[in-house]
Amino acid sequence: MLRVNNIEVIYSNVVLVLRGVSLEVREGQIVTILGANGAGKTTTLQAISGLLLSQEGEITRGSIELGDTRIDHRPAEDIVQLGIIQVLEGRRLFGHLTVEENLAIGAVARGHNRRMIAEDLEQVYRYFPRLKDIHRRISGYLSGGEQQMLVIGRGLMARPKLMLLDEPSIGLAPLLVQDIFQAINQINKESGIPILLVEQNAKIALEVADYAYVMETGRIVLDGPADQLAENEDIKEFYLGLTQVGERKSYRDVKHYKRRKRWLG
Amino acid sequence: MNWQLLPQFALTGILAGGPIALIALGLVLIFKSSYIFNFAQGQLLLLGALFTWYFSIELELNLWLSIFLAVAVMALIGFAIERFALRPMTGQPLLSIILMTLGLSQALQGLALLVFGGAQRNFPQIFSAGDPYKITTPLVHEGNNIILILKQNLVWSFVVAVIGVIIIGGFFQYTRTGLAMRATSEDHELAQSTGLRIRRIFGISWGLAGVVATVGGVLLATSSGLDLSLSLVVLAAFPAVLLGGLDSIPGTVAGGLLIGLSQGLVKVSKVPIVRNSAEIMPYVVLMIVLLIRPEGLFGQKRIERI
Ligand SMILES: Nc1ncnc2c1ncn2[C@@H]1O[C@H](COP(=O)(O)OP(=O)(O)O)[C@@H](O)[C@H]1O
Ligand SMILES: [Mg+2]
Repeated sequence: MLRVNNIEVIYSNVVLVLRGVSLEVREGQIVTILGANGAGKTTTLQAISGLLLSQEGEITRGSIELGDTRIDHRPAEDIVQLGIIQVLEGRRLFGHLTVEENLAIGAVARGHNRRMIAEDLEQVYRYFPRLKDIHRRISGYLSGGEQQMLVIGRGLMARPKLMLLDEPSIGLAPLLVQDIFQAINQINKESGIPILLVEQNAKIALEVADYAYVMETGRIVLDGPADQLAENEDIKEFYLGLTQVGERKSYRDVKHYKRRKRWLG
Repeated sequence: MNWQLLPQFALTGILAGGPIALIALGLVLIFKSSYIFNFAQGQLLLLGALFTWYFSIELELNLWLSIFLAVAVMALIGFAIERFALRPMTGQPLLSIILMTLGLSQALQGLALLVFGGAQRNFPQIFSAGDPYKITTPLVHEGNNIILILKQNLVWSFVVAVIGVIIIGGFFQYTRTGLAMRATSEDHELAQSTGLRIRRIFGISWGLAGVVATVGGVLLATSSGLDLSLSLVVLAAFPAVLLGGLDSIPGTVAGGLLIGLSQGLVKVSKVPIVRNSAEIMPYVVLMIVLLIRPEGLFGQKRIERI
């Protein structure tokens, strides 16, 4: 349903950040993009959602298609109306609004009426019962886990056709990460919403994803079905941080991965 | 101090603060959505009053129709200012944008002079010019009960201003557009990522600011007459907004009333220099409050969570 064809992205007319990225999300899938800090994962999501424009970024080559429509170079507001909702990195929320007001924004922005908003809220509270308990709290005071639920919930309120999630696990305790990913999986399985999931936590991302891409310095260096990538020796070494005996590898030891990466790229 | 005058001047001060609060809210509307401090608000107010005068006196239309038309014209002018003067400056430093509103204020003032001329005008009476209300208080001075005398104009302007404030507050709190405006004011990029059309929201807030300014301008002109110096009334509203911390509606209302009150209270003094200091009182109050509470009376403290 979503196809990114060989896009190149330049910031401020000078900084080349994506150097030919291609990927695809099919109906009903969870697809993950893995990669270290600065690899270009967020930039890829912003290219899709159109938020790149407000960052002085520009797609200088390639195309992005949703179904049969080209959506690159469209403003972010239009792309939301097509049903692509990006949940920004860092659990950004409207800190002075209540939980329920934050959720409502997701629906208001798509022009939903009050009756629809009430339905949407019910659905979000089904996935995240905790949010119902705290729906009148000022969201700036929530815990990290609650905030993450809230921003995903706000995305759901827009009745998305595709959700882009940017590092939902970042800075959360492992148990919370489990909860959040369980919810992500449940949302995808029950409502069939395809999800493009950007993560540094490869382990958990590969558990829920159907397909995965690995990104480094603006390129896709590896891709494949998630279960296969989870078994891939290089991924195990570099991203899952495991050797055969289960201890973390030093950076020097993964040099051979870099050589191989060049060959793959 | 003429203590026996205290109740009278305190009350008239607070009543006069109503329109100040309403005018100040026009500034808050814009600041809340776009972080722009609109120095041209005084000229919006002046233009709103001038259009009302033009429709009702020159064109001899019904007064209420004239006010309605002036409100509509000013909403459009507000929209237009956002669209043609400010939107092209998106991405420029905030200071340049604020200077743009300062430039606009001078341009609009000049335009008002060119189009309408500088003469003092008779402004239609909106409220009955009948006898002032008299309230007999239980307070006694030299054997007589103190009687408060309140001009009908003053009372009804206050009532209209209060209604205006309630409508705006309710709009922000309970409508979907109001919610979208509150969200936009917190984080433009995030608002955009959820699909809010933030430029349209800026446009709406400027349009509303035009409407509020017109109502405020008409209230003032009907009690004090209309000439080009009407735009200077915002000088009392600026401190009211700052007292409210720039973005708080209740704070701004409190600020407006407090300033009205302070301007009334100095008149109680027997010292001429104090009695005549009403014009500078807004700033005196502002400085005192800011020294005690730098974020204003009700300003949102940034929520920071680690
Ligand atoms: N607005 C911007 N202007 C210039 N460079 C940027 C901008 N945003 C990101 N970059 C650069 O683009 C690269 C990729 O960033 P990003 O997409 O945020 O990576 P990731 O999300 O994988 O951590 C980084 O080197 C970053 O410094
Ligand atoms: Mg990122």
